Amino acid sequence: MKSEFTLKLERCKGCGICVAFCPKKVLEIDTLGKVVVARPEDCIACGQCELRCPDYAIFVDKLKEAAK
Amino acid sequence: METRSYEKYFRQNRLPHLWCPGCGNGIAMKAIVQAIEHKEGWTQDNTIIVSGIGCSSRASGYMDFDTLHTAHGRAIPFATGIKMANPELNVVVITGDGDCTAIGGNHFIHGCRRNVDLTVILFNNNIYGMTGGQASPMTPLGKKATTAPYGSIDRPFDACKLAEAAGATYVARSTAFHVQHLVKMIEDGMDCKGFSFIEAMVQCPTAYGRRNKIGEPAKMMAWMRDNAVMKNAWDKLPDDKKTAEKFPIGLFYKAETETYDSAYHRIQEMAGVTA
Ligand SMILES: Cc1ncc(C[n+]2csc(CCOP(=O)(O)OP(=O)(O)O)c2C)c(N)n1
Ligand code: SF4
Ligand code: SF4
Ligand code: SF4
Ligand SMILES: [Mg+2]
Repeated sequence: MKSEFTLKLERCKGCGICVAFCPKKVLEIDTLGKVVVARPEDCIACGQCELRCPDYAIFVDKLKEAAK
Repeated sequence: METRSYEKYFRQNRLPHLWCPGCGNGIAMKAIVQAIEHKEGWTQDNTIIVSGIGCSSRASGYMDFDTLHTAHGRAIPFATGIKMANPELNVVVITGDGDCTAIGGNHFIHGCRRNVDLTVILFNNNIYGMTGGQASPMTPLGKKATTAPYGSIDRPFDACKLAEAAGATYVARSTAFHVQHLVKMIEDGMDCKGFSFIEAMVQCPTAYGRRNKIGEPAKMMAWMRDNAVMKNAWDKLPDDKKTAEKFPIGLFYKAETETYDSAYHRIQEMAGVTA
């Protein structure tokens, strides 16, 4: 795993922007209409999801080597 | 996780904001606070956010600065007053395409003409979002609105060309897809003394996208990605490749000329007024 996710689900509106622009298809929208990290192991910590989330609901940090 | 540094510029108790799922306003609002964060000397106490009326203009209510939510189309006059009363303040205006180019069109061109030292960010969603989707002066030809059910026949304004022609001294455009570029365009505008105008293209999935069958928010942003052309490349593009959908982004114009507050200061000195 390369990354650590922080979700502020109370902010997420399930718009799907993060899902659509994730190059690795890591994210999905669940049945309640919120973002879910479906395939965390595929994440490359590129930050595209965080960059374009209009609701500041998803945050990705690169895991430091030592923390692996 | 370490809390993102820009979060301090939001009124946390007002979030989540009321914009629709996937609305581009949230992206543009974050771009503005990130630009402010990059500006040395700009603080929450010396930076004023002024907005008009519209979905876009709601942004001022979420931003933790001294903020002024004014009347429809009138943000630039209020901002001008603030700047004239206290030229030390950094004054940022948030406006919509209807707010800025319809009801506020005259204020806009005269703000440009006077070169008032403001940074004006127009959230262009090509529609009156807040009131349910009437056509604005920036609705593209043929696009549908509640007031144009068969498609608009009114030729749209290019607000960047309008600003430049009217005398603005910094004119740029970016989009909600090109986030880092948008931050840079705003930041550079803030660096510029004088009337700085930045058009931020944003998606309104509810009142514009749906009626025009463009699809979900991400599709509207993919359209921006696929049709925006950086200014340098645009200038080299043959005319037949500049199809109706394509549009340029980047810095269009920059100039230096006396600002309205410094001209006014000169007059005050001539008249023997000590401010
Ligand atoms: C004097 C006046 N006229 C009309 C209105 C109704 N009104 C509110 S918002 C709006 C248009 C908003 O469109 P725009 O500026 O593009 O902002 P958006 O909602 O799309 O962000 C109108 C006509 C008003 N509030 N005040
Ligand atoms: S972009 Fe943000 S608001 Fe939209 S689904 Fe993803 S996390 Fe939720
Ligand atoms: S950081 Fe990149 S790869 Fe990871 S979930 Fe976000 S967009 Fe996908
Ligand atoms: S109506 Fe349009 S502009 Fe207004 S909040 Fe909804 S998506 Fe955004
Ligand atoms: Mg609008």
